[in-house]
Amino acid sequence: MARPKRPNVPVVIDGHEVMAYPDDTVLSVAKRNGIRIPHLCALDGVSVYGGCRLCVVDVAERHKLMPACGTAVAEDMEVHTQSRTLQEHRKLILEMILAEGNHVCAVCVSNGACELQDLAVELGVDHVRPDYQFPRRTVDASHPKYTFDPNRCVLCTRCVRTCSEVEGAHVWDVAGRANGSYLIADLGQPWGEAPSCTWCGKCVAVCPTGALAWKGKAVGEMRHDPNLVAFLTSARDEGEWLDRETM
Amino acid sequence: MAKVIDLDDVAVQEAEARSRYRWRVKVCSSTACDASGAGPARRAVEHSVEEQGLEHDVQVVPTGCMGLCSAGPLVRAEPRGGQATMFQQVDPQVGADIVERHVVGREDLSQHQLDENLPFFTRQERVVLSNAGRIDPERIEDYVAEDGYRALVTALRMRPRGLIETIEASGLRGRGGAGYPTAKKWAMLHDAESDQKYVVANGDEGDPGAFMDRAVMEDDPHRVLEGVALAAYATGASKAFLYVRAEYPRAIKRLEQAIRTAKRQRLLGKNILESDFSLDVEIRTGAGAFVCGEETALLASIEGQRGQPRMRPPYPTERGLYGKPTMINNVETLANLPDIIRRGPEWFRGMGTRVSPGTKVFALAGSLQHSGLIEVPMGLTLGEIIEEIGGGCPNGRTFKAAQTGGPSGGCVPASFRDLPVDFESLRQAGSIMGSGGLIAMDDSVSMPEVARFYMDFSQDESCGKCAPCRVGTLEMHRLLERICAGAGTERDLALLEQLTRTVRETSLCGLGQSAPNPVASTLEHFRDEYTALLRNEPVGVAHG
Amino acid sequence: MRRTNSAPSRPRIATIWLGGCSGCHMSFVDLDEWLFELRRHADIVYGPLVDRKDFPEDVDAVLVEGSVTNTDNLELAHQLRARSKVVISFGDCAVTGNVTALRNLVGEPGEMVYRVYAEHPDRDGQMPSEVIPDLLPQALPLHHVVPVDLFLPGCPPPAPRIRDALTSLLGIDDTPHGIRFG
Ligand SMILES: Cc1cc2nc3c(=O)[nH]c(=O)nc-3n(C[C@H](O)[C@H](O)[C@H](O)COP(=O)(O)O)c2cc1C
Ligand code: SF4
Ligand code: SF4
Ligand code: SF4
Repeated sequence: MARPKRPNVPVVIDGHEVMAYPDDTVLSVAKRNGIRIPHLCALDGVSVYGGCRLCVVDVAERHKLMPACGTAVAEDMEVHTQSRTLQEHRKLILEMILAEGNHVCAVCVSNGACELQDLAVELGVDHVRPDYQFPRRTVDASHPKYTFDPNRCVLCTRCVRTCSEVEGAHVWDVAGRANGSYLIADLGQPWGEAPSCTWCGKCVAVCPTGALAWKGKAVGEMRHDPNLVAFLTSARDEGEWLDRETM
Repeated sequence: MAKVIDLDDVAVQEAEARSRYRWRVKVCSSTACDASGAGPARRAVEHSVEEQGLEHDVQVVPTGCMGLCSAGPLVRAEPRGGQATMFQQVDPQVGADIVERHVVGREDLSQHQLDENLPFFTRQERVVLSNAGRIDPERIEDYVAEDGYRALVTALRMRPRGLIETIEASGLRGRGGAGYPTAKKWAMLHDAESDQKYVVANGDEGDPGAFMDRAVMEDDPHRVLEGVALAAYATGASKAFLYVRAEYPRAIKRLEQAIRTAKRQRLLGKNILESDFSLDVEIRTGAGAFVCGEETALLASIEGQRGQPRMRPPYPTERGLYGKPTMINNVETLANLPDIIRRGPEWFRGMGTRVSPGTKVFALAGSLQHSGLIEVPMGLTLGEIIEEIGGGCPNGRTFKAAQTGGPSGGCVPASFRDLPVDFESLRQAGSIMGSGGLIAMDDSVSMPEVARFYMDFSQDESCGKCAPCRVGTLEMHRLLERICAGAGTERDLALLEQLTRTVRETSLCGLGQSAPNPVASTLEHFRDEYTALLRNEPVGVAHG
Repeated sequence: MRRTNSAPSRPRIATIWLGGCSGCHMSFVDLDEWLFELRRHADIVYGPLVDRKDFPEDVDAVLVEGSVTNTDNLELAHQLRARSKVVISFGDCAVTGNVTALRNLVGEPGEMVYRVYAEHPDRDGQMPSEVIPDLLPQALPLHHVVPVDLFLPGCPPPAPRIRDALTSLLGIDDTPHGIRFG
């Protein structure tokens, strides 16, 4: 379905009337209009996952909170993104995410340029109430170019979706279940021995934390590029390969 | 192509065959009775029939579940035209005695005789389980003799719309947990435009302690198949999947066999009963993850994907299996259909309450005199179920609370004995109907401990997709462990309550959304037990 | 700061160092000449910078560096909580466990000490001969042991951030500087 030239679906977000395209989600139209809805697993250019639940919003006449990333817009939809309850939920969810892994910012390659760290500041998380789980996870440094540190993985599956949908290699996937879920490369072998990896580095670019990083980066040196995927997927259609500044 | 079954013929022949025997001795061969020794008991009965040379007088019938599993193995001896007698705790010796002393000698075996006037039996109303424990599930003739597949004949003469209207008039609601109006779902699939539509029977039944659907599938498999065929005909589906958990090998075997037989008789497959309606039925086994009972996870599992739920909308009736419109119905829901079609919606509405018509099967367990599988009209009160049917708590203990709905449900205190057991009332009391687990707890039980038990289940069964459920259930379990051990603080309790809200309101699927229910309901009704534990005081009276 | 006792005495500030690397205190010292300003508003009654053995009574605010990792820490944590009005988790180790809690990933304290000492290539298989304090099963953030009133994350919290906390606590006029883990 081709998009109309102009957005033509009126939606009210936090009292502001904005115009959405028919194929917009609440998150995408909010983003385009400068309305910030916190999110972590959502990534432009790949499919919707709906796992982090940070983007939950209140939609009038729906009896449940809806994830903004996976909620299609509808005419005159009324959305509230910042109620006290929503803020409390988001804060606690982020605390849970932090409690689940071993996020030791002080010794992380992404310190200072991390979406998780930024979200903590944004949501006012200055400490974590739930018990830290201190899981035992082993770093996979077998890949010649990249490292995977599962201690910092928040299971957002951005890498999974990017590798599968954009690179077409489907190296990553999630194994296990419940709090024993973990990321695997191919059939669970060390990443460096995963034959389907093309070394393209897209998964590293989109990782919101320090879990995937370039080898040789020291504390605070890693810079991710999560917009890469949206660029790649739209550029193919729009022929703008050469306009990219930061290739 | 195989010859079409003549239902009248089969029924007549079957009745004749039965009338040749003076006695029919039915031996419960369900999973529960088998576990308590029904196999050897049945062999003893058969052996002594042979020994006495009674093969032409006494027919031994292996049946499905007779219900009172706590007294198993059960045997029922039915003389032609006479009063049947039920026997409990039948070991091989008693099995032989039934033939030699009861059937032949007309003696009473008083200490093994079971009074069928117990409220456990008389207060039940059996529709879904009407054949369970009475017929041999492995013989299609047995089902046909009980009016089996007649509804399908009737339905095939109706328009699909008309069938949906009948179900709408009956007020049937889904038995898989949420009580969604079945006709509404059917109409959605019926109206969906697609070259391919699917119907899925949900027989995953992952709640701990639940075995309602297993009983239906094992004990009356053709009823499930007839229900599936009716649903498919009404909605325009040409392919159906039966999703059964791998832990139910007997149900799988019985269903497989039933599908083969039904196909041979032209009750399934191409041009059913020589109509234009064709339906291919296939069994898929699930590897026993609770979450795979959730409809979108179930569909992913059938497709061979990781059994993880996805966001709805789009609902499966819009985009389901392999992207095609799909309707998922619970096994018990489907098993109600043949009777509704055959006996009419008014008959169905005559049972149960106005908003929750019909019956519900429960796996009744816990601190009770009589436990097992029961089917009762909706709206019976909690007290009637626990105290009359279940006979109350044994050993002089006092009834304290009932747990309904398993890990997704909650605990209702004894003071709610007059609560009608139906979808809405249970929800208002802070619990849910769920698929039909009902556990009675007495005063020896600590309610926070009950909450901890279910949270342990949920934290293990979460699929791990979304953060609040994956981490929240684990954290709640930790807090409950600490509180139950007497090491909890006020802050722990406050955090537990906040987690209850956040996990419930922000989780992706029903598992996470309802996992906090056991905590929330015990906090609502038994808060004093939590605060006592914070003060390190004991909770629940010790047994003995 | 609201003082509950009516005496117009000066606020009493303490700092304390539990399972940490002293980096947070270094950052505190990094307040440089602002420390003189602090001295004008409050007394610093306890800490590595003060010559005093026991944690005093009637402390108004205490900055706690480090996680609770051994039995000494645990005792001190309870003591400082009982004796202070405002307890501040000072730095990531106190707030999250941080680097000190990395030992929790190695296993039980015995296993961990063995790995750190006996398996260390430079130590020739030797275990420490000096007495080390009894380690708790896990190094924990302060607020998982005692209630904490304020959190000052950062590894270490930069001096301006410490200044913010203290100025707002003591009611001194100043411009704020944001927070961040790490
Ligand atoms: C975690 C979870 C587990 C479920 N397990 C089952 C199950 O074992 N059997 C079932 O019929 N429905 C189960 N359901 C409900 C199904 O998603 C679905 O609503 C139901 O099968 C629809 O059938 P009905 O309309 O006939 O009730 C489960 C739901 C959730 C959220
Ligand atoms: S480097 Fe490319 S191919 Fe390899 S895992 Fe990452 S995204 Fe997939
Ligand atoms: S490695 Fe990074 S991108 Fe992949 S799931 Fe973990 S946090 Fe997300
Ligand atoms: S609520 Fe639980 S089971 Fe459902 S999708 Fe989320 S993690 Fe999976």
